[in-house]
Amino acid sequence: MVAARHWSEEVFALLRKYRADLISYVPDAGHAKLIDRCRADIETRVVPLTTEEEGVALATGAWLGGTRHVMLMQSSGVGNCINMFAMLKTCQVPFLTLVTMRGDFGEFHPWQMPMGQGTPAALGLMDFIVLRADAARDVAPTVEAGLRFAFNSYNRVAVLFGQRLLGAKDFRTVRE
Amino acid sequence: MKLDRRKVVAELLTERGALVVVAGLGACAWDITAAGDTALNFPLWGGMGAAAMVGLGLALAQPRRPVLVITGDGEMLMGMSSLATIAVQRPDNLSIVVLDNEQYGETGHQATHTAMGAELPAIARGCGFDHASTITKMGAVAELRNTIHDRAGLRFAAIKITPADYPKALPPRDGAWLKHRMRVALLGEQAHA
Repeated sequence: MVAARHWSEEVFALLRKYRADLISYVPDAGHAKLIDRCRADIETRVVPLTTEEEGVALATGAWLGGTRHVMLMQSSGVGNCINMFAMLKTCQVPFLTLVTMRGDFGEFHPWQMPMGQGTPAALGLMDFIVLRADAARDVAPTVEAGLRFAFNSYNRVAVLFGQRLLGAKDFRTVRE
Repeated sequence: MKLDRRKVVAELLTERGALVVVAGLGACAWDITAAGDTALNFPLWGGMGAAAMVGLGLALAQPRRPVLVITGDGEMLMGMSSLATIAVQRPDNLSIVVLDNEQYGETGHQATHTAMGAELPAIARGCGFDHASTITKMGAVAELRNTIHDRAGLRFAAIKITPADYPKALPPRDGAWLKHRMRVALLGEQAHA
């Protein structure tokens, strides 16, 4: 019996299909498999960031030079980026970010709640198209729609991966 | 000795050929424009802290061209952690030059952290830059101009300049147009593909 492919393999295949040759990330457990997959690929340049604003500026420079970039981050990072997102809008730079959600379905950690719940509105402030996947079967078609919105029709797009997909981390051993 | 910013930039952009230039917002954008506005200039009007990373994106996308970021000390301080990110990538065609007047000129000449002890070249070295220097002589600026064109390794330089204000030489301010102008210059027909 063949094990089902993890959705991150499908996402990676789409990044290659749409020639997103430059991938930046701020790590998150939900992105770990995809980051490893990108790092193992000889055609993909992977840029670890210290903070998410860097990825927005990187995307702008890469697009100026003809390279497609996609940023992987956690929802907390969306809040860090707001002013830099203005540059994408002003310069009409196509942009796609894949965002793993915290402060979402089943969250244990109270400090994650404000930014997690505020993430769609924060993206909306800068006119992002916000797509969302909450089940493994929805990931690939949603990411492909995001790639098309970004690089075919020149939009700023975020695809949110919900905690129903990723699972919510619980720091305790729960007895309920 | 503290140098004159417009003379420094004119020297750095002498016979610039294929050189792509990103300028941080404010006086540096006016400086590169005073030296001659071209399609290979990307003067930022916002995105404070972005200049070095925009340069990295260009350097990775256009590895055969030299890419020069010219920015101010305040702008570089805001994007300081990007020096760590850039050093990890180590593109040999990227140079970052900070015109360091130790103050925020656009907002009323408040002192920056470089006036109070922060040494940006030491920070760049600490992040892993192979070449990082402080420049106080015009002769060294001319040498720097040549090494930039040689694509001889990732490079950082802080050039100490006087805080003199010059008349603003304003570049076009439509960001979408500036972007498209550079893409057409770098990519030709592929810019619209």
